[in-house]
Amino acid sequence: MSEKSIKMKSTMKTLTNGILRENPTLRLVLGTCPTLAVTTSAINGIGMGLATAVVLLGSNTAISMTRKVIPDKVRIPAFVTIIAGFVTIVQLLLKAYLPSLDKALGIYIPLIVVNCIILARAEMFASKNDVKLSIMDAIGMGIGFTLALVAIGSLRELLGNGTLFGITITAELFDPAIIMILPPGGFLAFGIIMAILNKFTSVKVTKTGCHTCELQCESCEGHKEAGV
Amino acid sequence: MKDFIILIMGAILVENFVLVKFLGICPFLGVSKKLDTAIGMSVAVVFVMTIASAVTWILNEFLLVRYGLDYLQTIAFILVIAALVQFVEIVLKKVTPPLYRSLGIYLPLITTNCAVLGVALINIQREYSFLKAVSYSFGAGLGFTLALILFAGVRERIEHSDVPESLKGLPITLIAAALVSVAFFGFQGLFSN
Repeated sequence: MSEKSIKMKSTMKTLTNGILRENPTLRLVLGTCPTLAVTTSAINGIGMGLATAVVLLGSNTAISMTRKVIPDKVRIPAFVTIIAGFVTIVQLLLKAYLPSLDKALGIYIPLIVVNCIILARAEMFASKNDVKLSIMDAIGMGIGFTLALVAIGSLRELLGNGTLFGITITAELFDPAIIMILPPGGFLAFGIIMAILNKFTSVKVTKTGCHTCELQCESCEGHKEAGV
Repeated sequence: MKDFIILIMGAILVENFVLVKFLGICPFLGVSKKLDTAIGMSVAVVFVMTIASAVTWILNEFLLVRYGLDYLQTIAFILVIAALVQFVEIVLKKVTPPLYRSLGIYLPLITTNCAVLGVALINIQREYSFLKAVSYSFGAGLGFTLALILFAGVRERIEHSDVPESLKGLPITLIAAALVSVAFFGFQGLFSN
């Protein structure tokens, strides 16, 4: 195999990694807050997923480009500032061009800053790989996150409202269970989808990936004690 | 006075940050395994949330809004919160080492806890006065505490029960959280405006 085709293969692997094998929501269990909060409908899921993907693409690219310039000691504050910058850009763009989506997602748009997916990818991938691979990783992770949100959003919308993307599907079949679009339904749908995935795949998800977030605390003993 | 009590009680029960607003799910799922770690985390969160809301309110009112910089809100708030958490950590370490030993390990986790940034943004969005913002944040922290402690109790029971293979771990935890959330849903409409 020529060197070029090996390189090509690893690029493709990076891209598909985030979609299935390391799906940020369902496999790595990162960014649970937006996953549960905005998936009351499929369309909100797409909006949130794409907004996060755009921020991830921007931050991964910028961090990968500057990875040799940023001193190791201040990398976390630097990453956070870069991420917050891209979040602000997305926030302003949404306000200007998609005000209805901005209203539906509300406070969860600025909260993309503290979405673990972005900081975790910055720390684990973009700060160690070149720009091209980092972009691929961001696209893969972004698609994976969006697909997971759409799946959860569709399930909740279908059961809770009888519609899909706003189109009535189950008009006469059953009375929609409104609880699915209320907060408890979020936990329920997420838990059930994860259980189904666990049933049909060999790798079991048993805990959240949130520990990748407290990056400042890698060396401190306590975080193992806390059992996070 | 009545206003403040309603605001705090509302933040604890009706608008519970974890179970109704989905803010701070990561620590909720992560540290609710044992009761004592849940308490430690909660105290740290109440502490940081109250201080952070006060600082971000002042920053927003006297710097960002005054000079027309409110588009910098997200960046400014997250940096302030990150710095504040570091600062609290250093102060606790110097002033009260015992408190630091019990809270210290939870502090670094709080920067990425979206409940802290969330409460700061909600305060500004709802245009609360300074005192209202601080009491709302305190109430939100207490709500986080209540959810975390209640749920730690539920999880200690789950540990000892026979769970189907594919539901083990996170899925059953999420389903249990759904049931606790249903209970909190009963508080909707507790205070009529």
